[in-house]
Amino acid sequence: MEVVQSHRTSSSNNVTVSTLPLYRSAPPLEVRLEDFELFAMDRLRVLKGISDGLGRGKKPEEMEKLVADLWKANMRHPQANEEANKDIISHFVLRLVYCRTEELRKWFLSMETTLFRYRFRFESSEAQRALMSEFKLPYKAVSNAEFESVKDKLGQVARSMGQTLASADAIFYKVPFEEVPELVAGRRVFICKGHAYVAMNQVVSLVVTQFRSYLSKALILTNRKWTSTVREQEKDRLAPIVEALCTSYLGPDYSQPNEAGEISVKDIDHIAKTSFPLCMRHLFEKVREDHHLKHGGRMQLGLFLKGVGLKLDDALAFWKAEFAPKVSAERFDKEYAYNIRHNYGREGKRTDYTPYSCQKIISSTPGVGDHHGCPYRHFSEENLRAALVRMGVSSRAVEDVMDKVRNRHYQLACTLTFEAVHGSSCDAEWFCGIRRHFQASVGIVKYFALWAVPVPVPAH
Amino acid sequence: MTKEEAENGRDDMVIDGAEQANAIPDGFNANYLRIYYGKLFPHADMFKWMSYGNDGKHPACDKSYFGRREFSFTLENDIYIRFQSFNSVIELENSIKEKCPFKIDIGPVYSVDPAKRHAYAGDNVFTPVEREVVFDIDITDYDDVRYCCTGADVCLECWPLMTIAIKVIDAALRDDFGFNHILWVYSGRRGVHCWVCDGKARRLTNEQRAAIADYFRVYKGNENSHKKISLPGPVLHPFLARSYTEVLKGFFEAKLLPNQSLLSSEDRYEKILEMIPDASVASELRGRWQDNKRASMSKDDINLVRWDQLKSVLQSGKQKTQGIRRCVEEIVFSFTYPRLDMEVSKHMNHLLKAPFCVHPKTGRVCVPIDPNNCDEFDPTTVPTLSQLVEELNREGLRQDAENEWDRTSLGDSIKFFRTTFLQPLLKSCKEGIESSYNAKLQQSKNTLSWTRQGFFLTAFSPLAGKHHAWLI
Repeated sequence: MEVVQSHRTSSSNNVTVSTLPLYRSAPPLEVRLEDFELFAMDRLRVLKGISDGLGRGKKPEEMEKLVADLWKANMRHPQANEEANKDIISHFVLRLVYCRTEELRKWFLSMETTLFRYRFRFESSEAQRALMSEFKLPYKAVSNAEFESVKDKLGQVARSMGQTLASADAIFYKVPFEEVPELVAGRRVFICKGHAYVAMNQVVSLVVTQFRSYLSKALILTNRKWTSTVREQEKDRLAPIVEALCTSYLGPDYSQPNEAGEISVKDIDHIAKTSFPLCMRHLFEKVREDHHLKHGGRMQLGLFLKGVGLKLDDALAFWKAEFAPKVSAERFDKEYAYNIRHNYGREGKRTDYTPYSCQKIISSTPGVGDHHGCPYRHFSEENLRAALVRMGVSSRAVEDVMDKVRNRHYQLACTLTFEAVHGSSCDAEWFCGIRRHFQASVGIVKYFALWAVPVPVPAH
Repeated sequence: MTKEEAENGRDDMVIDGAEQANAIPDGFNANYLRIYYGKLFPHADMFKWMSYGNDGKHPACDKSYFGRREFSFTLENDIYIRFQSFNSVIELENSIKEKCPFKIDIGPVYSVDPAKRHAYAGDNVFTPVEREVVFDIDITDYDDVRYCCTGADVCLECWPLMTIAIKVIDAALRDDFGFNHILWVYSGRRGVHCWVCDGKARRLTNEQRAAIADYFRVYKGNENSHKKISLPGPVLHPFLARSYTEVLKGFFEAKLLPNQSLLSSEDRYEKILEMIPDASVASELRGRWQDNKRASMSKDDINLVRWDQLKSVLQSGKQKTQGIRRCVEEIVFSFTYPRLDMEVSKHMNHLLKAPFCVHPKTGRVCVPIDPNNCDEFDPTTVPTLSQLVEELNREGLRQDAENEWDRTSLGDSIKFFRTTFLQPLLKSCKEGIESSYNAKLQQSKNTLSWTRQGFFLTAFSPLAGKHHAWLI
């Protein structure tokens, strides 16, 4: 078994070696059960902090600092090798926690990759090169002679991106073009005879891609192994800890029953006006107006209501009453009740569906007659402004929100709206989960937010 | 010649009387096609090509390789059969002759014989493992910039758009991407296909193919945007710059501009003026051009005169914003730069028409095009099915049944296919098979850890390394 630490001590020349582990294989270490949980929670704080930062649209320089601070605050240990152990152990424990569903895996993969990316950037160039060779990346540093011959072209590529070629001894790597598909697709590298000339700062993305790809496969294997053998073996020891880690901490996992709060049908009206995010408010208003909603809207609003604590019987009553002017009770029972029950996991394959994450809502495609989706993305500018004004957002704040929308930071726009409406600054915590909010139970206004975890929205 | 005679084969093909020698009606039908598949279609060459050297005797040759390639046939009456596969050249040839498909498409090489795909359950067991990188350029995608024809028509005025597309893409495939075994084929009616057959290309993943397609993509936008090409940045990427200076600029100014009269009338020049982001610059030019009288003073083509005016205004030192200066290139690009069908290139399982098929609507054979001489290629003189059948008849009966194509207009195309494409490709494949075999032998001697070599690299996702137990 490859022990991750071995390469550190093998070099006798005392060259700077990397402290950044690649998590290729679990270390043969002994860990106390308490540390098992504690280490994982510390790392989870780091990952969550990264998630917040990304959700807030922080720029790369800000993220760099954030990652450094988070790491220092949570993962340090007086002894260097203990620190390394904590790093590795916490990663592997969290793999167990986050391997179970597609959504969890996506989140974990995203955060760990981001963490790796910024930690990689801190490393010295020798350390970076050492790491690259560990990934067995088929790169070769470009010799001075070759650099001279392609310097013009490299400069041209840099300038085409609005950059300048770094100093004369800029380090470039020659890599087969198929290893850097993103850079090729964006014409961000010079390619010649099948080789791409990759600048040092682009190398980071190379390495990160490898890291991501490896971790993605590893997570799926972990899940298989966990569900098939390990969970049963560990049902008295590790399994309870793993389950607790997942739910105690704002993971995007709503499969546990909502122990904190409930709302009833009579509450909805009031809460919709005070506390719903715009997307849900809009759906709610439409269902009141039209006494109907198409499927997409029923799903988005229905799962949200479930997530904020509306019980199944109340949900059935709510929808039945709303649809009553257009749909008879018998027809409702026949055509709509089944789906509602299905959402609550009482029918069919009995999946207890979780409310939609922001990412899902934003990337949906509402068509004619639909009212679901994210208003910050899907509404025209006029309609969005009107909706914001109706919510009581001041005109200054509306401009800020529209600015975020133009830059496609839809979740930030929503955050800003909240802050404008409630006059208080919004702790990203509030956006990270209903449960946390209910448990805190402070504040006059309850804001129901539905995001799994804010994740950067891919450009459309 | 009666239908009966045609169906009875060669012996009856002698025509009675010279006056019937040219009596073959134009067009496309199953009988001619049968003759074509019987005597002219290069079955053996296609087999050799698709085998990529695996039909040899070397121990490393994969006997199953050809049998794992998907072919699909479109029969008369639009009946479409997919997942055809063949284990030998005889099977391929017999099936084609028997079924007489109106169109033959070539798909990927799968991990298992496509005919047996249902026997394998689960994901990732029946999956494409190799496929050429392919491109499809269709002149109907250029309808908004050609005025001589629309839709499926093509003429010698607008065909050059295809020619320059070939030049731009071919140069990049060779110089930038390092590919060598590239086949360009006339699609039979209104476009061209490109097959990149290097081993490295065949083994690329969908993501990597998409990267190549995106590298070539410049045209974005839809009916709502006026300017569909945007070239940001103070300078162009070397690939775009080279394409511009070596191919596009010259073609636009010397040929397209005058031939399509892009600036001669108001509705035509408005389209170009719309692409200028600065309204005042556009109206300055508009003002000059609306006044027709002055233009007729010069004997030069009005389009060229106005283009010069446009360039001098946009590129004058007075223009501060780089967006304005760049506009000239953007206009040229938007008219001339290749417009690829992205979806064709991005997916391994995309089926593409086989070379040497006959296009049902035109009767023309899908012949190879020489990229080094593509200026000479004339789509209106490509041999047609009926022409070839007539040529065969004219030559009369022959004892020797081989190489009938050599007495027809198809001869040059097949010779070209063999000498410039097939032979170099097969030589390189043979070398590749031998060297990877030797390397593998070497490796197992050294008892290093396994590496996967050969042609199945993409079939089996590397379930990375061994999975270690991590329970402490």
